[in-house]
Amino acid sequence: MIAEIFSFFYQFADVFAFLILSAAGLAIVFGMMGVINMAHGEFIMCGAYVTVGLVHAGFPLPLAQLCGTLLAALAGVAVEWCLVRKLYKRPLDSLLATWGLSLVVTQGMLLLFGSSTAGIGTPEGSFILGAYSFSVYRIVLFLAALGVLGGIYLIFMSSRFGVHARATMQNAAIAQATGVRVNRVYALSFGIGAGLAGLCGALYAPTMTLIPTMGAAFLVESFVTVVVGGANVLLGTAPAGILLAVIRTALNGWGGQIVGQIGMLLAVIVVIRVLPEGMSGWFARRSR
Amino acid sequence: MKIRNAILSAGCTVALTALFATSPAQAAEPLKVGLLEDVSGDLAVLGKPKLNGSQLAVEEINRAGGIMGRQIELIHLDPQGDNARYQEFSRRLLSKDKVDVLIGGITSASREALRPIVDKTQTPYFYTNQYEGGVCDANMISMGAVPEQQFSTLIPYMVEKFGKKVYVVAADYNFGQISAEWNRTILKDVGGTVVGEEFIPLGVSQFAQTIQNIQKAKPDWLLMLNVGAAQDSFFEQASAAKLNLPMGSSVKVMLGFEHKRFAPPALNRMHATANWFEEISTPAATEFKKRWHAKFPNEPYINDMGYNAYSALYMYKSLAEKAKSTKLADLRKVIATGDACIEAAEGKVCIDPKSQHASHQMRLISVDDKHAVKIEKDYGSIQPYWLGKIGCDLTKSNDRKQYTPSDLPKKS
Repeated sequence: MIAEIFSFFYQFADVFAFLILSAAGLAIVFGMMGVINMAHGEFIMCGAYVTVGLVHAGFPLPLAQLCGTLLAALAGVAVEWCLVRKLYKRPLDSLLATWGLSLVVTQGMLLLFGSSTAGIGTPEGSFILGAYSFSVYRIVLFLAALGVLGGIYLIFMSSRFGVHARATMQNAAIAQATGVRVNRVYALSFGIGAGLAGLCGALYAPTMTLIPTMGAAFLVESFVTVVVGGANVLLGTAPAGILLAVIRTALNGWGGQIVGQIGMLLAVIVVIRVLPEGMSGWFARRSR
Repeated sequence: MKIRNAILSAGCTVALTALFATSPAQAAEPLKVGLLEDVSGDLAVLGKPKLNGSQLAVEEINRAGGIMGRQIELIHLDPQGDNARYQEFSRRLLSKDKVDVLIGGITSASREALRPIVDKTQTPYFYTNQYEGGVCDANMISMGAVPEQQFSTLIPYMVEKFGKKVYVVAADYNFGQISAEWNRTILKDVGGTVVGEEFIPLGVSQFAQTIQNIQKAKPDWLLMLNVGAAQDSFFEQASAAKLNLPMGSSVKVMLGFEHKRFAPPALNRMHATANWFEEISTPAATEFKKRWHAKFPNEPYINDMGYNAYSALYMYKSLAEKAKSTKLADLRKVIATGDACIEAAEGKVCIDPKSQHASHQMRLISVDDKHAVKIEKDYGSIQPYWLGKIGCDLTKSNDRKQYTPSDLPKKS
């Protein structure tokens, strides 16, 4: 019985971690700047490739993951500076531009690094409970997802940058009038978003197949979580992750992965219909 | 290095074309081979070796004087894994370029997208993948292994060695569904039972739930029919959760070289039956591998698709030379004699007259915890007998249909 209960919790934690880690970066970029970053998957891929490359070069895994995250963040700042910055007032064009970037990057990686890269293997460690055996690394992923949510909360609620960022989010023009350097806030936020995407790739790199299009495996989950969560990262992403993970885990267990996927997408349709601004919009209205 | 190769091969093509244009001795028109393989998109990992195999074969055949004195001109288009592009490009190759033979297609969906278009023409079409079997179509010649060659060897072996209870993890599209159906049919004959069957949507990469479903069902072994890079993540995740069950498959190791891509021991205890895998070390295979690696030094593994694409061109050469023609009707006359054979790197390969599928030398391989590949059993030559048995006979009628164990031809 304990094994069954723990098994459900483990499954929930696994789905939750995947939703939160893949969505966090996208949610920040969308929430802060209204930019729908279609190259989100490629930042994930960047984090994964850097991590695997460095592990093959002899780095310990955690250090390689840190480097992967930082490099993705730097790439994000660069992309914001030379591409996205020009398109803040043209959301559809920014969608198209980032999509184009994603095509260029995946095909470029295919030409440069070939169609697949050797994996590095998940860190050892597993434990047995009842009839089941579990991988410790999946628990690490869950803790990392909680850490990401906590980190986002800390950065945006208790740092000077966070105050500026929230002011910019509410009204960029007035924030600028009061002396906030809006451009720098944007660049940093995009960098943080890309860095979180890179972190997602770095964390999942040992558990997945490495190919240039691997980012696509995260896209559905990340967009769905952001749509359900709404524009506010702090109020939206975490509850959206919990809601979708509960639905998906229950249905996965009951009818397999197809039913789980269908159920999750149906839930999204219902949420958009009932709460057009996502969960964060609903929370915000209630607290007003 | 890849870019350099591409530039080199482009350079060679230009040079060859220039040669044709200027050389007065080159009287015969080149023979046009249309090739549709994905070298970008999600299936690029499979399409690239197929393109390489075709290029290598064309280069060798041209150097040795071509087919009946005619040089081969390879026209390759990249459908990028998109079935609509498969249709568009095949129309272009067939009606505008007027190719003498069409080769290619990766997924069964892309093949089924192509087939109606090729069927309207008198052009032979070579499908070079292993697949779920059952296509009874006079235009199509299948060079890959089919279920009666792969499953009727693998499943009885697994049941005898590991036990009767099987759990199936399959990709949710025609290949996975039909292969699972094959498994149920063969399993019934050897007294096995399916204790669980799970169909996974393409693109799913997270398997924690599947792994627990398996542990709950307590099977003796797993039949892995998962497809695509995302679904391959199963092996890494199952290994991290210490699932450690014996596995069997018709598409792993020889095709996606998962034992090279994943860090050991992710593929430990995997078993597969194949007509080709790089670890074959007969003299003919060693010779072939040497030529391949000389041309493509960066290729990590010679998979069965690349190899089949390579032998398809030699099969075409042999058919055309025996028929002294490139017309489909004449090639089929040669096939009808039952003597359409070549000595390939795997051994002797013949085209079966009734189904126009290739016989193959089948070997059962296993992977150990260091990812070394061992040949467990050599079955020798196995015929593609199933279509003939259920009533497909292309020497008598052209059904243009794909049959499955639950969708058999109507008895007339």
